[in-house]
Amino acid sequence: MAFTNEQLERYSRHIILKEIGAKGQKKLLNAKVLIIGAGGLGAPAALYLAAAGVGTIGIVDADEVDLSNLQRQVIHTTNDIGKKKVESAAETMRAINPDITVNTYYQYVTSENILDLIKDYDFILDGTDNFPAKFLINDACVMAGKPFSHAGIIRFKGQLTTIIPGESPCYRCIFKNPPPKDAVPTCKQAGVIGAMGGVIGSLQAMEAVKFITGVGELLTGYLLTYDALKMEFHKIKLPPRGKGCAVCSDEPTITELIDYEQAVCEWKPGE
Amino acid sequence: MKITVAGEKKEYADNLTIAALIEAEDVETPQYVTVSVNEEFIDSDKFDSFTLKEGDEVEFLYFMGGGAR
Ligand SMILES: [Zn+2]
Repeated sequence: MAFTNEQLERYSRHIILKEIGAKGQKKLLNAKVLIIGAGGLGAPAALYLAAAGVGTIGIVDADEVDLSNLQRQVIHTTNDIGKKKVESAAETMRAINPDITVNTYYQYVTSENILDLIKDYDFILDGTDNFPAKFLINDACVMAGKPFSHAGIIRFKGQLTTIIPGESPCYRCIFKNPPPKDAVPTCKQAGVIGAMGGVIGSLQAMEAVKFITGVGELLTGYLLTYDALKMEFHKIKLPPRGKGCAVCSDEPTITELIDYEQAVCEWKPGE
Repeated sequence: MKITVAGEKKEYADNLTIAALIEAEDVETPQYVTVSVNEEFIDSDKFDSFTLKEGDEVEFLYFMGGGAR
């Protein structure tokens, strides 16, 4: 498939990069990325991946746009309040780049649907806000052998790692089990600076682009942490994969997906 | 002794346990933190008995939710 003139112009700043070139841009156009969560992390990631010309982007969320989302979820606008987040996100992505296909999934991930959701995608981006979902995404991606980017943000801090199942350590290698409900504060309870989603979500998009094009070194085997107040990035080297891990070791004890209790605090101002 | 904590060189008295370091560093939600020493995770039931030595590199890994909503 040759590029159209419009594509040559649209993607010219990619094509001119010797690491990407026409070949890399073709890979992007042929790639399929699934973004789970159309919120603080998913919003910037979806914007950049759509603009980059990732040919098929799936977006999963069962929430509607709320006024309190707009401080950081930059893919939605004030006019979108009340709309399904996946629809609002898809509209923005299609407006940025009509060249791509956006698939929307108006649902939350569960042990029932997740394997089916991820199966047609090359790379998964975890932009969820709660630990049950993060563990579910990890376990499902490990079981299905799907590469993915894990990330979390809170207050002035964020972190991420890239996981290639069978090669690099997974989320459960670092954290064995989800913390008990309300033991660890969520963004809703503790707050988060809006630009944090932009920083970390964009880094997730960067990892997706690197994975697709095969450029550079992925953030596998490391947890990258960012502290905005100290303005410091820190790369923590992780031990090798699987040593005693319940899901990614060679003799896993977790072989079925688990729906942990939803731990998101439902507190809202004025209630 | 000198040890490195989260990439920063620090001076601590000898025979420091991980539990004591967690307290000294004022680690948030200490019961849910993952600790690595020289790129190896240490089981939390060993925090009281594991003694750090000169030159050890310690990292704290925290749960971080956030993202959607
Ligand atoms: Zn693992």
